[in-house]
Amino acid sequence: MALDHLSHDCDVLVIGAGGAGLRAAIEAADLGCSVHVVTKSLLGKAHTVMAEGGVAASLGNVDDRDGWKVHFADTMRGGQYMNNPRMAELHAKESPARVKELELWGAVFDRTADGKILQRNFGGHRFPRLAHVGDRTGLEIIRTLQDHSIHKTTVAVSMETTIVKLLKDGDRVCGALGYERVSGRFVLIKAKAVVIATGGLGRAFEVTSNSWEYTGDGYALAYDAGAELIDMEFVQFHPTGMVWPPSVKGILVTEGVRGEGGILVNSQGERFMFNDIPENYRNQTAKDKEEGWRYVTGDKTAMRPPELLTRDHVARCINREVKAGRGSPHGGVYLDITWIKERVGGPAKAAELIRKKLPSMYHQFLELGGLDITTERMEVGPTTHYTMGGIHVDGDTQMSTVPGLFAAGEASGGLHGANRLGGNSLSDLLVFGKRAGEFAAKFAKEQKAGWLDQAQIEAAATDAVHWMDAPTGNENPYTVQADLQKSMQALVGIVRLEGEMRQALDKIQEFKARAKKVCAPTGRTYNPGWHTCLDLPSLLISAEAVTISAIERKESRGAQFRDDFPDKSKEEAKWNMVVKKGPDGKMVLERRAVKPQTAEMKQIIEDQAK
Amino acid sequence: MSSPSPVPTTTRSEPRTFIIWRGDKDSGTYTPYTAEITAGMVVLDAIHQIQAVHAPDLAVRWNCKAGKCGSCAAEINGKPRLMCMTRMESLPPGPIHVAPMKAFPNIKDLVTDVKWNYAVNKRIKPFKPKQVEADGSLRMQQHDIDRVQEFRKCIECFLCQDTCHVLREHDKHAEFAGPRFFVRMASLEMHPQDAEDRREFLKKEAAIGYCNITKCCTEVCPEHIHITDNAIIPLKERVVDQYYDPLAAAIRFVFGSKK
Ligand SMILES: Cc1cc2nc3c(=O)[nH]c(=O)nc-3n(C[C@H](O)[C@H](O)[C@H](O)COP(=O)(O)OP(=O)(O)OC[C@H]3O[C@@H](n4cnc5c(N)ncnc54)[C@H](O)[C@@H]3O)c2cc1C
Ligand code: SF4
Ligand code: SF4
Ligand code: FES
Repeated sequence: MALDHLSHDCDVLVIGAGGAGLRAAIEAADLGCSVHVVTKSLLGKAHTVMAEGGVAASLGNVDDRDGWKVHFADTMRGGQYMNNPRMAELHAKESPARVKELELWGAVFDRTADGKILQRNFGGHRFPRLAHVGDRTGLEIIRTLQDHSIHKTTVAVSMETTIVKLLKDGDRVCGALGYERVSGRFVLIKAKAVVIATGGLGRAFEVTSNSWEYTGDGYALAYDAGAELIDMEFVQFHPTGMVWPPSVKGILVTEGVRGEGGILVNSQGERFMFNDIPENYRNQTAKDKEEGWRYVTGDKTAMRPPELLTRDHVARCINREVKAGRGSPHGGVYLDITWIKERVGGPAKAAELIRKKLPSMYHQFLELGGLDITTERMEVGPTTHYTMGGIHVDGDTQMSTVPGLFAAGEASGGLHGANRLGGNSLSDLLVFGKRAGEFAAKFAKEQKAGWLDQAQIEAAATDAVHWMDAPTGNENPYTVQADLQKSMQALVGIVRLEGEMRQALDKIQEFKARAKKVCAPTGRTYNPGWHTCLDLPSLLISAEAVTISAIERKESRGAQFRDDFPDKSKEEAKWNMVVKKGPDGKMVLERRAVKPQTAEMKQIIEDQAK
Repeated sequence: MSSPSPVPTTTRSEPRTFIIWRGDKDSGTYTPYTAEITAGMVVLDAIHQIQAVHAPDLAVRWNCKAGKCGSCAAEINGKPRLMCMTRMESLPPGPIHVAPMKAFPNIKDLVTDVKWNYAVNKRIKPFKPKQVEADGSLRMQQHDIDRVQEFRKCIECFLCQDTCHVLREHDKHAEFAGPRFFVRMASLEMHPQDAEDRREFLKKEAAIGYCNITKCCTEVCPEHIHITDNAIIPLKERVVDQYYDPLAAAIRFVFGSKK
């Protein structure tokens, strides 16, 4: 088949234009490489734009007791020690510099009284650590990176282009094949190194804060090219998504609401988070309402309120209240920020403060929920939010197990372990986006161009259009996607059981068969039906990786809660779960020993536990 | 400040007719579809339902579904709006017309070619910091950045561009940057730590003089940015310091300088 396509040639191909991809592109360009960035959406629309609460960096602007060691220990404790400790160390050490550099590129963070970057409290962070801009921090970060990168003459961008296949020359990657969403034309990009920065897989679940883009493409591309995926069982369910009206179910309500004093209450008016405080957080949690309030208003002697415990724990507590019949009318619990009127000098003052600190939450509820959060309680419940697991990379270089293939941001795994702390993702993007760009550039410079195998390319291209040109059935791709989401939500969700997960695996096999029979209406120009057909295989690989890993981990830890193994296990704590494509094309799972901590790391963790 | 329009508590659904542009820049028709509407739905939900049930190839852009990414701009009953932030309850009874933005070439259905905007942005001189502290950061007071932060709320939905008559009716894309980029330049020019000067560009290449302060852009901005009053007028004044713009000079005469 003679392939009608566009061709590009570059040193470093970056797949994804979120924070991680753009930061990688900037770094590789600064090191003298030609860079090509591709993104499924327009520039500036990636998930990063939605991040609300802030970016974690131990600048110490609000509390000078903060420093990289505390941030490191918090990240490890939050991740229940499943983290790659080297990544947690680099992340804690380098994020302050990455945040400050954004300011020199034009970012305008909120300020302290002495004119420095202001920082706010967030769950699991011992000190106020999140640099922010109201509740639209992600917008600030992506716009800054976008506006900075467009002035780099060696960075080219293909917007609305989806990569469907990585191309290999022997062991190493040497490029990728994609298609332009607008024209439907294929795009062939030759590259000496490839960075995957495609974000997560939230769309495998029904209730999610994630957009259509999050179909796990990066996991599938890397898996297919022979790379390993690690920690895939750890999918974060954020405790506070909107639950009503139905059309907004899952949309995120930032943790910033709780950081500014918001409390969780059940239908009986009880502040239930005080009822269940995990042992390892007891000495860092407020004893009563009074102390909690002092904490959120900056009293350094106070401990944090239980609403700011880690996300996995808060999500499970909410789940329990709802199941016990103490939920709100639409199956959530109440999140109340109006109560601060008692403390800040009346309702008018409170309303002003809420609108100033949480402007986009205010609008979101007003316009979508018909509710004024300055006077009424919100209804919230858990929503699928973030993928802790991802492409298995080297902690220093971000290179995967496939030479020349790098990964950064939500697409990569390791930093967050079993549970990510809020704010640690935006910092992850910056720190490891830069590193991926740096080491991809280094790798590219040491390589000659790879050899593109025409047969590989044509096979991938034929595969991509057969839904349209020669469909083998008439399944509706939207229906298959929706059925998969329902199944994952019901069977591999917040509370897991082996039997149910086995059912989910069987269903995934059925969906795979159905996905082969989907058909797309003809016409390659901006055809979302066709695009949905092409997203399905990625979603299915991602769903399978999550389920297999979750079955294998026979304990409850972090984001994974097993009703059949409700406790943590010392034995399971020794292993990370890794999946890859076996020789027969089937997914195989291997246990890998968790990376050891150095003596210094152990000491830091011990000191910080006091 | 708007007051919330309450969400009905019923879970019943009700059919509504949508008349949607199906076509491209050369040809097409407005085609009717029916969607089942339940409480709290927004126009984008209805479009998705139509896509999943009746028209799998219906082209539409969206990402966040929460007014944060600016992808889903369209013209609903003739008004430039975000589809994800337009609640069905807020629309009058009767069929709902959904059309693509008119100021940009139509690619297909509700998707338009907005590349031009990215090209304009590329020509704007980037931020250049004035005084970097020893620790590698900047010192700025909150009250000095409040107005810049207003401009930085922009989600690049391009609804203001769509509405501005200079682009929509007079097709001055080749000469005029449009309100979105006046907002962007205001965010740079009024940044307390920016050392660059964009006045010549504003006058000669962005043609800010074409703007006759109709304020239509401000009216459609989903981020409620005071585009005309806070960005364009002060920029016009700055340009006047260097060049002569009769309208800006008159405004300054009437209202006094805002600097
Ligand atoms: C509502 C919400 C609020 C959040 N708030 C916070 C917060 O306050 N603090 C925090 O730290 N984190 C937060 N997060 C998490 C954080 O925003 C994300 O984890 C992070 O932005 C991911 O960035 P990324 O660069 O890895 O990927 P993204 O920003 O998601 O970018 C992925 C990119 O890859 C592209 N892509 C995907 N597949 C393909 C393909 N096949 N071909 C080509 N391109 C492809 C996409 O088009 C996109 O450009 C939040 C997330 C959500 C959803
Ligand atoms: S105020 Fe100026 S920029 Fe805004 S719509 Fe009117 S003419 Fe266009
Ligand atoms: S200024 Fe407002 S209307 Fe214009 S692009 Fe930005 S957000 Fe949209
Ligand atoms: S989908 Fe993001 S603004 Fe509408």
